[in-house]
Amino acid sequence: MAAWRQSGSRVVALCLVELQKLRHDRKELYTRAIQPALWLLIFGETFSRLHAIPTSVPYLDYLAPGILAQSVLFISIFYGIQIIWERDAGVLAKLMATPTPRFALVTGKAFAAGVRALVQGVVVLILAAVLGVALTANPLRLLAVAVVVILSAAFFSTLSIVLAGIVLSRERLMGIGQAITMPLFFASNALYPVALMPGWVRAISKVNPLSYEVDALRGLLLDRPAAIGTDLAVLVVAAGVGITVAASLLPRLTR
Amino acid sequence: MSVPAAVSIRDLRVLFGDTIAVEGVDLEVAPGEVFGLLGPNGAGKTTTIRVLTTLLPATSGSAGVFGVDVARHPMDVRRLLGFVPQQLSADAALTGRENVSLFARLFDVPRRTRPAVVGEMLETMGLGESADRLVSTYSGGMIRRLELAQALVNRPRLLVLDEPTIGLDPIARSSVWERIERLREETGMTVLLTTHYLDEADALCDRVALMHRARLRALGTPDGLKADLGPDATLEDVFRHHTGDTLEAGGDMRNVRQTRRTASRLG
Repeated sequence: MAAWRQSGSRVVALCLVELQKLRHDRKELYTRAIQPALWLLIFGETFSRLHAIPTSVPYLDYLAPGILAQSVLFISIFYGIQIIWERDAGVLAKLMATPTPRFALVTGKAFAAGVRALVQGVVVLILAAVLGVALTANPLRLLAVAVVVILSAAFFSTLSIVLAGIVLSRERLMGIGQAITMPLFFASNALYPVALMPGWVRAISKVNPLSYEVDALRGLLLDRPAAIGTDLAVLVVAAGVGITVAASLLPRLTR
Repeated sequence: MSVPAAVSIRDLRVLFGDTIAVEGVDLEVAPGEVFGLLGPNGAGKTTTIRVLTTLLPATSGSAGVFGVDVARHPMDVRRLLGFVPQQLSADAALTGRENVSLFARLFDVPRRTRPAVVGEMLETMGLGESADRLVSTYSGGMIRRLELAQALVNRPRLLVLDEPTIGLDPIARSSVWERIERLREETGMTVLLTTHYLDEADALCDRVALMHRARLRALGTPDGLKADLGPDATLEDVFRHHTGDTLEAGGDMRNVRQTRRTASRLG
């Protein structure tokens, strides 16, 4: 019991640091808002007019949760770069020499990425609301949206830490991150319904955690039917596996 | 029952692939001592420290801190330690106070006393005025003192410093030395530091161990080691006498980290 409380306090401490960093430097928050704004404004508005993608709600509404998920993905998938920086700067060694279990350290980092993604997500949702997307105002649903965002960020950031633990260099992680974000994004339901995909892409989408994230976000934000239970279960398991594997690779980073 | 040694290392051996980083090291540091591991880059000093700080498993042999084995009880050992790595390792995106607070949390300093303890550590290290500035505006010497504040927030029984003044200008160096001196006077804390600066070992350490090519070559007080060689001997002479090498020349493993990475890449 004491061990759990201790780990919990470590996770809180590391999340707090992330918030402090965000408070000191808001520039990143704004620059990271540019890309989702462009997706919503240009891609969203254009495809709304083209009516090329059959959706049950206006296309911009359909797209907004997908862009939120994309934002979370972009923030998290490069999180490992920070870990490699911390490793090169000796910060990671110092953290690992404190009485913090590896598991708690990685969980803290994963949820810190979640905190960052959540703040960014608020910006994206405000953008979407300004563009006229009919978002839910139900506080419970919004709370669930926050949970989905944090779990997804936890998964993708630990995936990034795992990759960092394998390649051990910022440059290579950058390359790999870029190589996998687009396939993850396009082989998901973020931009278009799964039914429109060729069979093999649909198969990838089925094992792509991003699809479950988008499904949950879309269901919650637009008040549409979605398999929220399954989505949450997949995300919890994915984040759990990510944290476990990343924690086992952590000592490799300080050797 | 006798008081356990602050540090006790027995027949320590660390291999990276085929590279021998540390071989047959036996070492004992008494409580309250300031002990220096002196040697050129790549001698195995940092590797020894990494084993002691629970960051690296030993290939064979054992290491303990105040009688607690680092391999068997790493969490307990970490509670006894304050550690400052070689690199300037504070987080530049946070203020000095936030950096120290983070470590106070990670060491379970109780919430009620935390702000006071953090403030006191910053004051002690002469950072009271700049505590709420971002570390990105700090000088190298200030960052090093901030790291000392981070390491001390736990009131550790053993302070481990890996090359505490590497890359610092002379003024910053002497200010770091001064803090270490004052610390031991006021708290009687045990300090283990590595250095490849002879003057640093001379100025700070009660005893030094000369390390060269993964092995300990000599052990004693700086004055004792010098006296053994003759009235005018310097530590540099002592080092040359025991290793047949100069400190600046360095060992075969000038860059162990590089070797280590290569070794891990090659599996």
